[in-house]
Amino acid sequence: MIGGLFIYNHKGEVLISRVYRDDIGRNAVDAFRVNVIHARQQVRSPVTNIARTSFFHVKRSNIWLAAVTKQNVNAAMVFEFLYKMCDVMAAYFGKISEENIKNNFVLIYELLDEILDFGYPQNSETGALKTFITQQGIKGQHQTKEEQSQITSQVTGQIGWRREGIKYRRNELFLDVLESVNLLMSPQGQVLSAHVSGRVVMKSYLSGMPECKFGMNDKIVIDKQGKGGASDDAGKSELGGSGKQSIAIDDCTFHQCVRLSKFDSERSISFIPPDGEYELMRYRTTKDIILPFRVIPLVREVGRTKLEVKVVIKSNFKPSLLAQKIEVRIPTPLNTSGVQVICMKGKAKYKASENAIVWKIKRMAGMKESQISAEIELLPTNDKKKWARPPISMNFEVPFAPSGLKVRYLKVFESKLNYSDHDVIKWVRYIGRSGIYETRC
Amino acid sequence: MPAVSKGDGMRGLAVFISDIRNCKSKEAEIKRINKELANIRSKFKGDKALDGYSKKKYVCKLLFIFLLGHDIDFGHMEAVNLLSSNKYTEKQIGYLFISVLVNSNSELIRLINNAIKNDLSSRNPTFMCLALHCIANVGSREMAEAFAGEIPRILVAGDTMDSVKQSAALCLLRLYKTSPDLVLMGEWTSRVVHLLNDQHMGVVTAAISLITCLSQKNPDEFKTCVSLAVSRLSRIVSSASTDLQDYTYYFVPAPWLSCKLLRLLQCYPPPEDGAVKGRLVECLETILNKAQEPPKSKKVQHSNAKNAILFEAIALIIHYDSEPNLLVRACNQLGQFLQHRETNLRYLALESMCTLASSEFSHEAVKTHIETVINALKTERDVSVRQRAADLLYAMCDRSNAKQIVAEMLSYLETADYSIREEMVLKVAILAEKYAVDYSWYVDTILNLIRIAGDYVSEEVWYRVIQIVINRDDVQGYAAKTVFEALQAPACHENMVKVGGYILGEFGNLIAGDPRSSPLVQFNLLHSKFHLCSVPTRALLLSAYIKFINLFPETKTTIQEVLRCDSQIRNSDVELQQRAVEYLKLSSIASTDVLATVLEEMPPFPERESSILAKLKKKKGPGAVSNELEEGKREGGELNGAGERPGDSSAIGASNASTPSPSADLLGLRSAAPVSAAPPSAGSLLVDVFSEAGPAAPAASVNDDGFLRDLEPPTESSDSLLAEGSGDSDSAPPSVVSEDPAPPLPESDELLNKFVCKNNGVLFENQLLQIGIKSEYRQNLGRMYLFYGNKTSVQFVSFTTTVSCPGELQSHLNVQLKPVDPLVEGGAQVQQVINIECITDFSEAPILNIKFRYGGALQNLSLKLPVTINKFFQPTEMASNDFFQRWKQLSQPQQEAQKIFKANHAMDTEVIKAKLLGLGTALLDKVDPNPENFVCAGVIQTKSQQVGCLLRLEPNAQAQPGEQMYRLTLRSSKDTVSKRLCDLLAEQF
Repeated sequence: MIGGLFIYNHKGEVLISRVYRDDIGRNAVDAFRVNVIHARQQVRSPVTNIARTSFFHVKRSNIWLAAVTKQNVNAAMVFEFLYKMCDVMAAYFGKISEENIKNNFVLIYELLDEILDFGYPQNSETGALKTFITQQGIKGQHQTKEEQSQITSQVTGQIGWRREGIKYRRNELFLDVLESVNLLMSPQGQVLSAHVSGRVVMKSYLSGMPECKFGMNDKIVIDKQGKGGASDDAGKSELGGSGKQSIAIDDCTFHQCVRLSKFDSERSISFIPPDGEYELMRYRTTKDIILPFRVIPLVREVGRTKLEVKVVIKSNFKPSLLAQKIEVRIPTPLNTSGVQVICMKGKAKYKASENAIVWKIKRMAGMKESQISAEIELLPTNDKKKWARPPISMNFEVPFAPSGLKVRYLKVFESKLNYSDHDVIKWVRYIGRSGIYETRC
Repeated sequence: MPAVSKGDGMRGLAVFISDIRNCKSKEAEIKRINKELANIRSKFKGDKALDGYSKKKYVCKLLFIFLLGHDIDFGHMEAVNLLSSNKYTEKQIGYLFISVLVNSNSELIRLINNAIKNDLSSRNPTFMCLALHCIANVGSREMAEAFAGEIPRILVAGDTMDSVKQSAALCLLRLYKTSPDLVLMGEWTSRVVHLLNDQHMGVVTAAISLITCLSQKNPDEFKTCVSLAVSRLSRIVSSASTDLQDYTYYFVPAPWLSCKLLRLLQCYPPPEDGAVKGRLVECLETILNKAQEPPKSKKVQHSNAKNAILFEAIALIIHYDSEPNLLVRACNQLGQFLQHRETNLRYLALESMCTLASSEFSHEAVKTHIETVINALKTERDVSVRQRAADLLYAMCDRSNAKQIVAEMLSYLETADYSIREEMVLKVAILAEKYAVDYSWYVDTILNLIRIAGDYVSEEVWYRVIQIVINRDDVQGYAAKTVFEALQAPACHENMVKVGGYILGEFGNLIAGDPRSSPLVQFNLLHSKFHLCSVPTRALLLSAYIKFINLFPETKTTIQEVLRCDSQIRNSDVELQQRAVEYLKLSSIASTDVLATVLEEMPPFPERESSILAKLKKKKGPGAVSNELEEGKREGGELNGAGERPGDSSAIGASNASTPSPSADLLGLRSAAPVSAAPPSAGSLLVDVFSEAGPAAPAASVNDDGFLRDLEPPTESSDSLLAEGSGDSDSAPPSVVSEDPAPPLPESDELLNKFVCKNNGVLFENQLLQIGIKSEYRQNLGRMYLFYGNKTSVQFVSFTTTVSCPGELQSHLNVQLKPVDPLVEGGAQVQQVINIECITDFSEAPILNIKFRYGGALQNLSLKLPVTINKFFQPTEMASNDFFQRWKQLSQPQQEAQKIFKANHAMDTEVIKAKLLGLGTALLDKVDPNPENFVCAGVIQTKSQQVGCLLRLEPNAQAQPGEQMYRLTLRSSKDTVSKRLCDLLAEQF
């Protein structure tokens, strides 16, 4: 039961203000600005309680979204809604920025009316929303009565995320496995913590009301099948170095279209997909992660005024694959007065405003290594505090899933229309990105 | 800063600042700053030397970043380099950075000091000023160490520029304030004082600040400044407004300088030299005259400046307090301000008048403004001004106008601001008491006070009214009647119920003759309030009821019924329940004679300082209360208290009241408090009233001793045996440890001496145990309360105490010990009662042996109980010839004991008096022809005989240089008594 929703710019000026319930007064807008945005100390908690009113906020670049309530709501629900709200806005007008919000404020109010009713979240499916909230002015003239009633029956019906009567000449679907890998490693190369959070995003252009079944190398399913028949050679890994066949998924969540009862009983993922792009599932794994890069730091302090840094990165995947957008960030001490960098590959630069050396490499194949060495000159200070040596962080993108997840099948059944699973063109893509990928030095 | 040339504009700095200002978010700002810092670092690190301009620019940027709240850990060296520049702007920035950023423990201090030294010795006045300002701004001890010697030289040097002199004076002032021990004026003193004669007014102004501060610390050295200040002041005051050019402010010549001069003069008494004094008086008169002149300007600055001088002059007049003429004029002048439009002026006038009122010369003059002040109290809009008006009314009050003022304050109280109500209440209470000619007026006033502002009437106020009513027979009847009437109001404040309960309980019989206030009516009236009151009040009312039973036997059945009902006898509050049970039992068992003794009327309280005054003082802090308090009386009060450790007595008092004896029979009453004084067991509430009332209050407590002892079941001996047996059963056989009391502690003789002249205090203390003592003596009987406090968190087991009387003492002293609980919990305190009967005179002290187990280890402790023969003194008052007649009668040599001994303590008459009173004798005034000598008389009461004692103490302060001697002579009818007393007393002085 969200009482109200406010959007602020970085200065704390209110861009959007929508109050759903009477218990939220106008002063709540100011309370959040004064106590959070303009707070003397940075407010780190996403939930703030001011005068028995709870404020839940998320920040997208310089924009603050705050949901307000006086009741004891499920905070996870509120945040889920806020994230959904961000997704919806991004789907309508792209990047969430002050200018975009100002330009689309009518649309935003319209959306807010639709996805939140008396503080209760409603249908926030972009595809469905786009059928009746458009950016091209009023569509009413062009919509027939049937179309309008169809929208109504769809939105209020059992399968609210898909309308009937969709027809494509080519039945096609795209499956993206997007993963971000997080790591903290000790200077000696010991993994202190590592986990992968992944998403399966699907873009479907299928006719009718197809029934889909999705299969992956989930350990529980594989083991169940493994008992039945002999070991399935077809599932052998074609990615990375690990020869394992199944992965242990720690937890996962699904899009509303997935039949959870079936997942619970048979562990099979079956669903009627929405039309267009959507996120089928989210998951997290912590075991047997393939770490695409290894960072080997070497920091030597030469006297009080000089620091020598050498960093080696090794790519740890099949040589045929290419990693992209590699960026290594080496922090420098606060009293750095000058930096000389030599690197064999890519470009490196000392960025004073961020107190770091940033080393960028466009592409790098698997099983290679590259090195950078830097000489950092220091200004002697009368501050006795030692430099805290923040970790070296890294960004990259690799064309495989570091968790080892593989799509085993995605079957499409449409009984009413005359196309079968074989007629559907399917595309699968794996992208592994870095999350917080740090090595201590 | 001189005109900025184009090159000094520091464009880079301006750009940087505007960049920062334009940053959209905090992150952007931090990024920009990081970038700039990196740039500056690389510039400072760079091989090629920076020129002065860029150095200045970067240091400026660093300073700006620091002031934005970021840490700066470099650049100090560059700033120090700037100090040696020859350009003003660079030097200035360098000094600015150092004043803001350099902390005293930096290693750069040496370099900085060097640079400052160079600038100080340079001939350039601007540089000297910069250096001096830096020293003053930093003001650290290191700076003071380095330059404290140098600056006075600059200050008094003949060739120093005026502006430098100004800076030097203020710099020295600052160093003196931070480290006075380092700034030694010595030889410079007279030359600094002569700065008052300087031509340049700025120098004089700066120098006065310095001299004022210095002369407050050592007034004698700077005495000469008085005449110089007076002559300077007279020159300024008599000058025409145009004479001083720059230093004339809105037609007032040098107002700040005048104020400072007047303030300097307030550090000293009036000048002795007639000429100087005449000149000063003339000045003050001129200032007062000028105040009467029509203003030369309508601007507020003009009147402000003029009034500043005037108020400072009045403050000086009040400080001197010797010129009746001036005081009266000042008072009249202030009287005019009382009705001024300006609120500030009215405030200041009221405040100054408050001090004027305490001067004997102007008191009458102040009193003439009473109507205006009362009006101010009623009509002022600002509460702080009203507060001052109330203060002034309090200060100007005396016997002649007390009734009017008290009445006005009372009527104002109804509408008074909440913040000042409590203070007002205290003031009314004090005035009413102080100037009460007729005590019925006093009673009326206080009861009115409780009626009007009951919530703000503190405990002290109603304690006081009860003390006064009890001590004055003439108002008791009236008080009872008034209270009775006041209680008839349907809603009355709880404090009123308390006063009513107490007074009717004591003096209800005085109005019982009237059928309208018959005993039963009184009781019903009180009881109708009972259920609306808080627990302490109800406890007090219960005590009043039992007193009613004594006063009016006809109410007995009614009251017993009330006590017997479940809401009393089974009350959830222990205190109430205990009272109900005990009072019910007392009323049903005891005969009327016993009741009459136990519930006797309260004895009068000893006269002492009103506790309300102390409360008012505490509230306002020292100095705020008018000086009219009778100083002697207050000192006396403090002295009496000083005999005891202040903390101890109250702690014991509180613990005494808060440990209602678990054996809740009648004996519990005895341990809690004297029976006759019913309210004392109301706990800490009443501690203040009774804490010091020790010797006089519990008249009945000892008298009924025998009766109570009869009631007590004789189980104590078997109890203690049982406890001991069970406690020790698992360890060594009890006979081994318990038969062997430790020898008395070596210091126990000292402990004994400590208690010769006092009855309460801490007897003994170590890491485990604290023993407090409280004792009372009456005739040949005494009772001692011992409080054993467990200071650890572990319980003591098999805690036993015994008292033994070694040798002959057994037949001289009868000591009875009540058993004590064998378990003492960690942090708890247990109480033990010892009854002592003196059979005949004695010289040894009984030995108290304490045994307990602490964590398995047996602790064995022996102490001497502080029971000495002088405790059984009864004071005897006698006239001079009577005394000497008896003195001569006791002239046999064995009857006299004499000692001549050195004083161990300073000879303070008040302390000696207090000690002699503590001894128990009567201190006889005006008996001895030599007023230095002290003469006392008393009778020692023992069971077998009474021994009269006479005492003479002759201090000799000049016996030998550096040594003070006493001669102590004691004569008594029994030789052993004389000797023992003489020995005891010789240790005390």
